[in-house]
Amino acid sequence: MFEDLRDLYQEVIFDHNRNPRNFRVMDNADRQVEGFNPLCGDRLTLFLKMDGDVITDASFQGSGCAISTASVSLMTEIVKGKTEAEADELFRKFHEMTTGKEEHINLEALGKLAVLAGVREYPARVKCATLAWHTLEAALKNEASAVSTE
Amino acid sequence: MSGFDVNKIRQDFPILAEKIRGKDLVYLDNAATCQKPQAVIDSIVQLYSHDYANVHRGVHSLSVRSTDKFEAARAKVKSFINATSDKEIIFVRGATEAINLVAQTYGKANIKAGDEILITAMEHHSNIVPWQMFCEQIGAVLKVAPINLQGELIYSEFEQLLSDKTKLVSVVHMSNALGTINPVKKIIAAAHAKGIPVLLDGAQAIPHMVVDVQELDCDFYVFSGHKLYGPSGIGVLYGKQSLLEAMPPYQGGGDMIRKVTFEETEYNTLPYKFEAGTPAIADVIALGAAIDYLVAIGMDKIAAYEAELLDYATAKARQIEGLRIIGEAEEKGAILSFTLNKIHPHDIGTMLDSLGIAIRAGHHCAMPVMDFYGVPATARASFAMYNTKQEIDVLMAGIQSLIEVFG
Repeated sequence: MFEDLRDLYQEVIFDHNRNPRNFRVMDNADRQVEGFNPLCGDRLTLFLKMDGDVITDASFQGSGCAISTASVSLMTEIVKGKTEAEADELFRKFHEMTTGKEEHINLEALGKLAVLAGVREYPARVKCATLAWHTLEAALKNEASAVSTE
Repeated sequence: MSGFDVNKIRQDFPILAEKIRGKDLVYLDNAATCQKPQAVIDSIVQLYSHDYANVHRGVHSLSVRSTDKFEAARAKVKSFINATSDKEIIFVRGATEAINLVAQTYGKANIKAGDEILITAMEHHSNIVPWQMFCEQIGAVLKVAPINLQGELIYSEFEQLLSDKTKLVSVVHMSNALGTINPVKKIIAAAHAKGIPVLLDGAQAIPHMVVDVQELDCDFYVFSGHKLYGPSGIGVLYGKQSLLEAMPPYQGGGDMIRKVTFEETEYNTLPYKFEAGTPAIADVIALGAAIDYLVAIGMDKIAAYEAELLDYATAKARQIEGLRIIGEAEEKGAILSFTLNKIHPHDIGTMLDSLGIAIRAGHHCAMPVMDFYGVPATARASFAMYNTKQEIDVLMAGIQSLIEVFG
């Protein structure tokens, strides 16, 4: 019945929405930042554990739509073990993939994150996918205040 | 229902024949804005093709024609809401601007530091923020009467909040997020007993019921044209003449003056005192066309048909497991706000869109209402006179399917 939506709602997204990974409070987090999308009320708290400039652990709490939940869940998986510079580079590539500004996007470089490429066709939903990454960027810059997509 | 032919009405709305993602459009976002009948579209084309010039200015024929049509639209609004005089009908951009106008004119002239303005917990942001801004400016206090879980105003608490300090009551006639219709006659009588004027935000109520401002005895009534099957960017402030006369003007400019020198300005009479600048001429005239269209059908018939639709939709919705209806007031207009267990409203909105169904997903510009129910957002199907029971069946089948897909 929802054939048209298969690009947007892939099985991996349903899976991460049903069973979000790293969905927990991190008591000894080095970084903790809130992300908020006022348009739809999506709200998340991202926790990072750092060793120098390496992200050794990432987790989150919060509530949102399937796209935003899957996006943050996938992100916490993929950034573990990455340096800040590597995470920045992933964010840049992810942003290009979801906003579709580049003609030839290398989906391979994005690994599992490529399942979110479908949001490009749904401008109203791009912010659902990017909220997690804007929050990560704020956490890496160590911005104390909450980040908002607006 | 006798004399109400929904299929004939649907023929009058060209957009209802649109295909969305290859499917028949099922438009259920009427609380956000309504679609337009051919008569409204034609009136805009007719004006710009044959009759257009500026109003209240020229002696030439087109200006006279435009002015006549413009003022005829004002008379239509006046009789539609049964105001006493054309002078009580002020054209503004919408309900939002009307409330801001009252806050910045009536408010500034009559409300002082320490005084109170009373609203309810189910207001749209447009009936919260203008008062917050005003209170900030002059040091007045905004009081909020609470609601219960059904989404009804707790009247006894409202009554207790009416105090000697209350200088204005501003309440929504029908809630956009919950569908609740407030007991406005009772509210107005209680406020008037203490000498307090009442503004009604009629943005949602106006397309769904007969509104008679004299019978209600409200002091101000505001609404937007685009929710009444008319154009966007035009709306109405009704005010009792005695109140409007005593209020200072809102914006300065052309049309609102009688005489200008560099030393002083003499303001125009009502309603022009509040209509600075060239108005939305075509949109006002098209709003008049929308009112003609509605009057020909009959607001009482529309109200009865929509009540049937809401009952049908509510009964169907209650059969869906995991569906929670947000707003179950005894007195309710044709709005069905709901949440689904573990499925976010934005996912509901995107999935239903793929089936051609347009609903609203979000906070409906009523974040305090969302906070009260402890939800970030709701999905909302809102009905108009052109919707059908078959469309409600399509909606409910779509909801069932997406619940299955989410698992």
